[in-house]
Amino acid sequence: MFGLHADWSQEVFERYFTMGDYAGGEARWCPGCGDHAVLTAVQRIMRDEQLKPENSVAVSGIGCSSRLPHYMGTYGFHGLHGRALPIACGVKARRPELDVWVATGDGDCFSIGTAHWIHALRYNMDMTVLVFDNAIYGLTKAQTSPTSPLGFKTNTHPSGAILPPLNPLTVTLGITNASFVAQVVDWNPPLLYETIRRAHQHRGTGFVRIIQRCPVYAGSLSKAMQDDPSQFLILEHENGIAVEDSVRRLFPNRQAHDPSDLAKAFALAHDASRMPIGLLYHNPDAPCYEDMSSKGVGLTSQERLDGLNKVLDRITI
Amino acid sequence: MSDSTHTAGPSTQAQRIHEHIVEIVSDSGEGAQKAGQTFGTISAKMGNGVWTVEIIPAEIQPPARSPAGASGIRIRLSSRYVTNMGDEADVVVAFNEQVLYSRIATGAYKKGTTVLLEGKWRDDPVPEIREQYEKAVTEFRQNGLVVHELPIEQACLEITPNPRKGKNMFVLGMLCRIYVRDKEQARTEIANTFKRKGEKVIDINHQLFEAGYTFAEENIDLSYQVPPQPEEETKGKRFIVTNGNTAVGLGVMASGMELVSMYPITPATSASHYLAEVFHEVGGFVHQAEDEIAAIGFAIGSSYAGKTACTITSGPGLALKTEMLALAVMAEVPLVLVVVQRGGPSTGLPTKVEQGDLLAALFGEPGDAPKVVLAASTIQECLEFVVMSRRLAEAFRIPVVLLTDANLATGVQPYARPEPTLDWLAGPIDQSEWDEDVPPYQWDEETGLSSRPIPGMPGGEYILTGLAHTKQSKVAYDSESNQLGCDMRSRKLAALASTLKPPQIHGDAEGDLLVVGWGSTLGAIEEAVDRARTQGHRVSSLHLRFLSPMEPGLKEIFQGFRKIMTVEINYSDDPDAPLINHETRRYAQLAWLLRAHTLMDVDCWSVVYGRPLQPGTILNELLQRLEAMRAEGGS
Repeated sequence: MFGLHADWSQEVFERYFTMGDYAGGEARWCPGCGDHAVLTAVQRIMRDEQLKPENSVAVSGIGCSSRLPHYMGTYGFHGLHGRALPIACGVKARRPELDVWVATGDGDCFSIGTAHWIHALRYNMDMTVLVFDNAIYGLTKAQTSPTSPLGFKTNTHPSGAILPPLNPLTVTLGITNASFVAQVVDWNPPLLYETIRRAHQHRGTGFVRIIQRCPVYAGSLSKAMQDDPSQFLILEHENGIAVEDSVRRLFPNRQAHDPSDLAKAFALAHDASRMPIGLLYHNPDAPCYEDMSSKGVGLTSQERLDGLNKVLDRITI
Repeated sequence: MSDSTHTAGPSTQAQRIHEHIVEIVSDSGEGAQKAGQTFGTISAKMGNGVWTVEIIPAEIQPPARSPAGASGIRIRLSSRYVTNMGDEADVVVAFNEQVLYSRIATGAYKKGTTVLLEGKWRDDPVPEIREQYEKAVTEFRQNGLVVHELPIEQACLEITPNPRKGKNMFVLGMLCRIYVRDKEQARTEIANTFKRKGEKVIDINHQLFEAGYTFAEENIDLSYQVPPQPEEETKGKRFIVTNGNTAVGLGVMASGMELVSMYPITPATSASHYLAEVFHEVGGFVHQAEDEIAAIGFAIGSSYAGKTACTITSGPGLALKTEMLALAVMAEVPLVLVVVQRGGPSTGLPTKVEQGDLLAALFGEPGDAPKVVLAASTIQECLEFVVMSRRLAEAFRIPVVLLTDANLATGVQPYARPEPTLDWLAGPIDQSEWDEDVPPYQWDEETGLSSRPIPGMPGGEYILTGLAHTKQSKVAYDSESNQLGCDMRSRKLAALASTLKPPQIHGDAEGDLLVVGWGSTLGAIEEAVDRARTQGHRVSSLHLRFLSPMEPGLKEIFQGFRKIMTVEINYSDDPDAPLINHETRRYAQLAWLLRAHTLMDVDCWSVVYGRPLQPGTILNELLQRLEAMRAEGGS
């Protein structure tokens, strides 16, 4: 009657969460660090989606970006360098109902944690993976990272990085069963919010490479990018990341890209002249590992005991 | 082949003996292990004490007829409970003569050991093979082996065109005749063994079995009766037959853990193979991770989320897992890590026996990383200790390392079936509200114990970290917080130690020599000590299950003996070797620990031959030590 469900009166929100419910300790990143923007975007998404703080787990490795869980009001796991993904997958394995967020960096994910990057994407467990890529090791004070540009001067390569940078997008797109691959910059809040929101909404591993500013050790890199938005190519599609007019006004280069087109995604990722921003690839139907790993979670103790006795009967003499 | 080369005539009255050791040795892929396991199971069902152990070549397909390719099985059957593989074999069935060389080199046989040898090689078309064969048989006989040459394959050809595949069941028939096994029991076991392959295969194997049985009846003049164990040992009890790795898998299930996260590594992997087959029946899952680090990381993630998990590995995997293990210690995440030890260091001896990971398990992590370390000393303990490990891990909020080894992993024997009840399996995880005023590490100052919030509990939100932290789990670099955290994590071990009883002494509480062991050497050490005591020596033994914390009362026990020595399968310097003196000698691993723990002069005897210690070998060593003590004076 009157368009209301008969049981509408039972839909009482006992708890309403504000930004404060998702905030932990005060963020201690440097002023101007892009990580602040990511943290705020994540907290806003959680608030807007009214996610229960107790059901969310923020997992990280080691590095500046991996401090993120400490600034969250949810459960968190600040683990080991490079190992956020196996821990996050483990959290999800038998607790698929938990909402898992992973904060990792270019050193953490693309260098010491490379094996897990590849395999976690293949497991495609339902979680949001945010790679804070500032092309430098910040916490250990300015060493070359896999994504540092050729010739970029660091403490480990004072004459400049001697190898061309690793392209995380082409690698990620090449991983079998990767299901959501997006790229965004940290300094455009609406785009950052929308990209992470979509990654979180996706069922499977929502992988977002965030091109992130380190004003202390790689300020020249981010300044050059911020000063010249024409280096970027905004990807637009009805199934892609929604782009606001304000974003359109800022970035002159835009292109239509259907995120189901993997070959095209490769081509865009491979083109060094313009960094694609948006959703490169999306396959909403890729299998999720937790659908297998959590089988049997719901068995009662009695059912487990009966199963165990059956197994024992088979080897009893 | 002339009739004279094998013993003719029907068998006579069976000779009653209290135990025998039988081996079947072959090239890889000839089914010796299947025949042996079936023989072991038949014997166990007839009430015998049984221990079987596989003889495994390092390669998957080693060259045929090569000593290094020796593959097979040893079965020790007895009229009492058996705890180890024993000494030299009494009867050996060999499919070629070359494989016997490697067994002879390890001292597996004695003068008088009966060898039932496939005789077809004498007439092989390749002259080199004929020569090798004749030379070997002559040598074997000169060295006191009693060789009977038998046309095994030829006899099998009457039933199957591919005797290489079928002769194992023929041999099973021979052995069942020789050891007067129950024929119906044997037929049932064969049907069980091949039940997945269908009726036709079962039928052929039954025929081969019958043919072997009749062949032995007509051609082999050996017959032994090994009576069953005394009825009170077995009456009313239910037994299961497994190896140690299957026991670990059963332990995981019986403990109520729902997740094993592993990476393939010899000799640990078969535990996961077994679980992969049956784990779903109790709602569990085996995760094969991308590497050893990810395997433990995945397990830690699951444990953190309230589903305590188990990871299973061997030495090289333990090395890779150390950083994660330290994280579990630091962040107080319950976890069970089973280490099926093999020979080390490095890739070492993947398929062989060693107890070389004790110190690595205790001290492998940089910084202070107190954790519980247990060692299973029997196959049954492989099962029971996994159950205990999970309980300890959760009660003490600590990782538990359970050490087993390749000897337990591959040994098979019957043992008491666990009778699990509902309380063995933990109920659903606690998701009730957490009192926000209680920090996530509310350490009890005396015991270091605290309870933990689990994701999903409202009010319990905290950030677990591997950094030094306060009770609130806040990162803290100050001196007091770090000292307190270390104190509290260490205190838990003292709290656990306070609940333990002193170990039981096997033998008298006073004497000349006390042998201390740990892990899979239990049976061999106690058998050696029993034999020494029968000879009138004042020897006792003691076997440790807890290595961290150490079981209490050791110094007091040690004071009852003139000399203490450990017997272990890991490296120690021989005191008589060049350059070795009281300053340079490196001790066996438990000896290191006991010397530090008791400040007593604990000696050791250890070898790294890559195989289980045998009671006879230990006995010889004990007798020498006792003789040396006598020569030095005293009683």
